[in-house]
Amino acid sequence: MFLQKIKSLSDVVILFLLLAVSAAHANKDAGSIVSIGGSITEIVFALGEQDRLVARDTTSNYPEDATKLPDVGYIRALSPEGVLSVGPDMILALEGSGPPEALEALKGASVPIVTIPERFDRDGIVAKIIAVGNALGVANKAEALAKQVEADVSRAQRQAAQVSQQRRVLFVLSLQGGRVLAAGANTSAAAIIEMAGGENALSDFSGYKQVNDEAIITAAPDIILVMSRTGNHQMNRESVLGHPALNATPAGKNAAIVEMGGQYLLGFGPRTAEAVRELSASLNGNDN
Amino acid sequence: MLQRAPASGRSRPTRQIAEGDRSQRARASIVVLLGLLCATFLFSLATGASDASALAVVKSWIAPFLGIEPELSQRDHIIINDIRLPRAAMGILVGAGLAVCGAVMQGLFRNPLADPGIVGVSSGAALGAVSMIVLGPTILAPLATLAGIYALPLAAFVGGLLTTLLLYRVSTRHGMTSVATMLLAGIALAALAGAATGILIFLADDQQLRDLTFWSLGSLAGANWTKVFAAGPIILVILVVSPLLASGLNAMTLGEAAARHMGLSVQRFKVMAIIFVAAATGAAVAVSGIIGFVGIVVPHLLRLLIGPDHRFLLPASALLGASMLLAADAAARTIVAPAELPIGIITALVGSPFFLWILLNRRGVLDL
Repeated sequence: MFLQKIKSLSDVVILFLLLAVSAAHANKDAGSIVSIGGSITEIVFALGEQDRLVARDTTSNYPEDATKLPDVGYIRALSPEGVLSVGPDMILALEGSGPPEALEALKGASVPIVTIPERFDRDGIVAKIIAVGNALGVANKAEALAKQVEADVSRAQRQAAQVSQQRRVLFVLSLQGGRVLAAGANTSAAAIIEMAGGENALSDFSGYKQVNDEAIITAAPDIILVMSRTGNHQMNRESVLGHPALNATPAGKNAAIVEMGGQYLLGFGPRTAEAVRELSASLNGNDN
Repeated sequence: MLQRAPASGRSRPTRQIAEGDRSQRARASIVVLLGLLCATFLFSLATGASDASALAVVKSWIAPFLGIEPELSQRDHIIINDIRLPRAAMGILVGAGLAVCGAVMQGLFRNPLADPGIVGVSSGAALGAVSMIVLGPTILAPLATLAGIYALPLAAFVGGLLTTLLLYRVSTRHGMTSVATMLLAGIALAALAGAATGILIFLADDQQLRDLTFWSLGSLAGANWTKVFAAGPIILVILVVSPLLASGLNAMTLGEAAARHMGLSVQRFKVMAIIFVAAATGAAVAVSGIIGFVGIVVPHLLRLLIGPDHRFLLPASALLGASMLLAADAAARTIVAPAELPIGIITALVGSPFFLWILLNRRGVLDL
């Protein structure tokens, strides 16, 4: 426990050193910021700096006020002229934003792009907050928020570990055409499930993959976790329970399906502690 | 019903009268299409998500000659010169290239459904691109780092070209390329490339899958000068040689034997045409992903308007293909601004109903 603390502290120290370098980008006066990536936008709001935002990407759907900003497109399919048209003097982009050509064009237009690294754990969230704070020139505010979020996530994880019943959870990303696209190891879904004291039911492959019916039945999840979202991924209890393989699992027999907002569940931002608590409660059957 | 009227089914005299009429009309059409392309080009340069004014930019180009100070902000300069202009150039190249390749393929195969994809170039290019997206971080890492952000177009181009060469080997016996074998082998190779692509898609992670989806939808969004200069010359080759292909294609419409009697070295002609098409399509797919529809619809539309003579059909296809893609791209860039739509959605959404309407109205035979 104590050792772990030391380790995470040293991590934070190293991060600070690393970020001191990027703090050169710090721009207290950047008044027109485009935020790319849902968790980045949430952090800007959590820091109280939302007035400086002029646009966001499609994945930035929280808080409500963020959706009122112009949408420059999907995080990985940005349009360079679209981004320039909102007149940004800085772009905060979550790792994985793209395409590379669009970022090249934006760099060519001499708009500073600050790339924020993405990691699916507590320290990753802390690092994101510090990096965003430095870029916005509000390092002190960011430090306070980072400390608070770090403590909150740690507390949520501890509580989750204490009450954990080691439930096996299958995260289903989509169910298009009856084909189950599920989360394996090294995914944001696996990370949040483990933080909430659950066990990812599929750990023998990496990333999100289509899983065949037998593998689903063999995985025997106690809980099926899905995102509550609209569009072509529209998934509800009926479609999950209507799927023969999913229906044949313990989760299907007990209709143990948990729905959570995608960005909230997988975003790894300021709301993650809350997501851990909610997921933990759902996994242990005392939801609602 | 798509049927070819037998060539002998027309009586000579009427055909000559019609031909004089038609070539008159075709020449006029080409002038009109040229005007249309100029208008679309200027329109495309003047529209976009931002309010950058194309007029101000044109002024800034000629300002030095007039001895006046250009009034242009740095930002607008970049938006027009580095984003809109290369994008328009790429739209013209890709649109013209795809339409001409389509016309050449339909003439060569004497099949109204032939398109550049038939020589396997599209599926091969897709396989190349998918390989780079999925294996770029691992197996192909040395190549990926070497080529930087051009790794993807390069891989697509190489994939398309290799598939075409393979197809040519399969369908050539004793120095004779069989067009029928090529059609069938093309289907088999496309299936094989599709299967290989499928395996890679299975190996892909979540983010790679999304990249694949966007790439396969086709878009001019990644346009920049480097890509224009990389793909441009390869596409320009077929545009430049197309007048030389025209008479050969006209001869080929009567069948290979007749073309041989007319003094065309059929075998050499087929090989040349296929190599040009494969290279140009490969280059187009490499820089803009898969944009369907242009290669089939543009030549057909023009056949209905100005007749099947390739001397007019090829340049007209180039002009209309370029205009069509420019207009579609302008729509893609502005409808959901500041975001943008994939261009394939626009071309299909607007083009298909229009094409169906033409077919219904004509209700005639589609002769080639």
